Amino acid sequence: MSGRPLAEAKWLPATLGLGGLASALALAELLIRLDWVSRFIVPLPSEVLVSFERIIVEEDVLSRFLATAGEALAAAFLVTLIGVALGVFLHRHRLLRSACESWVAGLAAAPLVLLYPLFLVIFGRNALTIVMIGFVSGLPPAILKTVEGLSGTRKVLLDVGRSFSLSPAQLFWKIQFPSALPVIFVGVRLGLMFSLINIVGVEFLINFGGLGQIVNELAERYDLAGMYAAICFVILVSVCFFFASERLERWLLRAS
Amino acid sequence: MAAEGLMISRVALLRLAIIASTLLFWEALAESGLLFRDVVPSLFKIAHALGHLGANADFYANLSATAVEVGVSLAIGGSVGVAVGLLLGGSRLMGRAFEPYIHYLGPTPKIIFFPVMIMWFGIGPGSKIAMGAISCFFPVALITAAGMRQIDQVLIRVGRSFRASTWQMVTKIYFPALRHPLLNGLRLGFGVSVIGVLLAETKLSNRGLGFMVMQSYSQFDMPGMYALLLVVFSLAIMVNSLVSQLGGLEVPNH
Repeated sequence: MSGRPLAEAKWLPATLGLGGLASALALAELLIRLDWVSRFIVPLPSEVLVSFERIIVEEDVLSRFLATAGEALAAAFLVTLIGVALGVFLHRHRLLRSACESWVAGLAAAPLVLLYPLFLVIFGRNALTIVMIGFVSGLPPAILKTVEGLSGTRKVLLDVGRSFSLSPAQLFWKIQFPSALPVIFVGVRLGLMFSLINIVGVEFLINFGGLGQIVNELAERYDLAGMYAAICFVILVSVCFFFASERLERWLLRAS
Repeated sequence: MAAEGLMISRVALLRLAIIASTLLFWEALAESGLLFRDVVPSLFKIAHALGHLGANADFYANLSATAVEVGVSLAIGGSVGVAVGLLLGGSRLMGRAFEPYIHYLGPTPKIIFFPVMIMWFGIGPGSKIAMGAISCFFPVALITAAGMRQIDQVLIRVGRSFRASTWQMVTKIYFPALRHPLLNGLRLGFGVSVIGVLLAETKLSNRGLGFMVMQSYSQFDMPGMYALLLVVFSLAIMVNSLVSQLGGLEVPNH
């Protein structure tokens, strides 16, 4: 016996978490089989599990996943390019920053995804609307964190650069930008998160595109088990994306 | 002091200049016909639509429908979120067992649960409230749990040494110490529950501001849509900054 308290054991939390999840699913299965919960409202978890194969094969999930990934990639490119550039611009112009930073923060709090009917009119019911919604919703955190990262550069580093008579451009590319990179990445990651959430959301709302559309289509067909499986698939994809980006962010922060 | 005052007045002047030039650019674009005139309507038309909206009884009925849905969803999602946050933050084992699920489920697109909510709660306000509550639950639970872990252990030991009951611990120690995280959670929860409710209203509803936006879209009433979006955005930003000021929090910054 190691004498370590049970709560400290590494395996216990994971087992408890997985056990809790499995028990909840087993309870749902039991309640539905006993007809205490209508199977016309909640499908059997076992049916949902079986439906995974069906939606992967019949609903062509891979191509839908690629469609969503393509939209997310396009929005990510725009968020990174324009968000970081605007952040650098705001950081360089102190007066403009004082005037606009709170506006950008206000935009971050606004329900920007609600612009989608407007974008439907401007861009039409196509992938461009979805990409633009992703871009607009991901922009504020990328701008704000870029400004924050550049402002947080340690003075001693800048002084060292100046003592080597670096030009302003060298000072920026050799010192300020690399030191701000981890914080900028936090902003870009947050931006990508908002982009992905809104991209899947708008796909669902306008019934167009990739993963969001499949949920809508299955719901309209009243294919309950398939719809639940598709929702689980979307959640799985989102969780994998957030997990990977979070690991990357931690690695970047450690490396800095 | 004088330099600071000068800076503030220069900032105010710059803000005015940015607003004025944006409005002028918009009006010039609307008049030029470079874009479809209906897509970029004249400012006068938008102002007229705003005035019309303010005098429209339907608008207030829909506004109150959305406000009630957001309020109820915030109350349900917020209180469940606080309870779960207290539980997860108060127990290391529970936190390590279940918090990762909430952490990773939090940033998933909640609107995809809407068909499920329709099945469970119908097409009326119930499904919109459920959408708002689900959206609100995650940030509130995570922020409360994180706040619980940051409470000064001395305060907790003092409470226990006085043999405070669970209820007394919650009301006399935890809640006062959690004031900032709770208000921050409320602010974030409000933002996401507004989004959840409004998006659900745009998908399937016959009342609420989201429904009005979709009505403007289907009737191609662009000035009306701009006016509505302006009102919704202004209200969301105002409430957000109000809650931030109440809690002495910083301006929203994710």
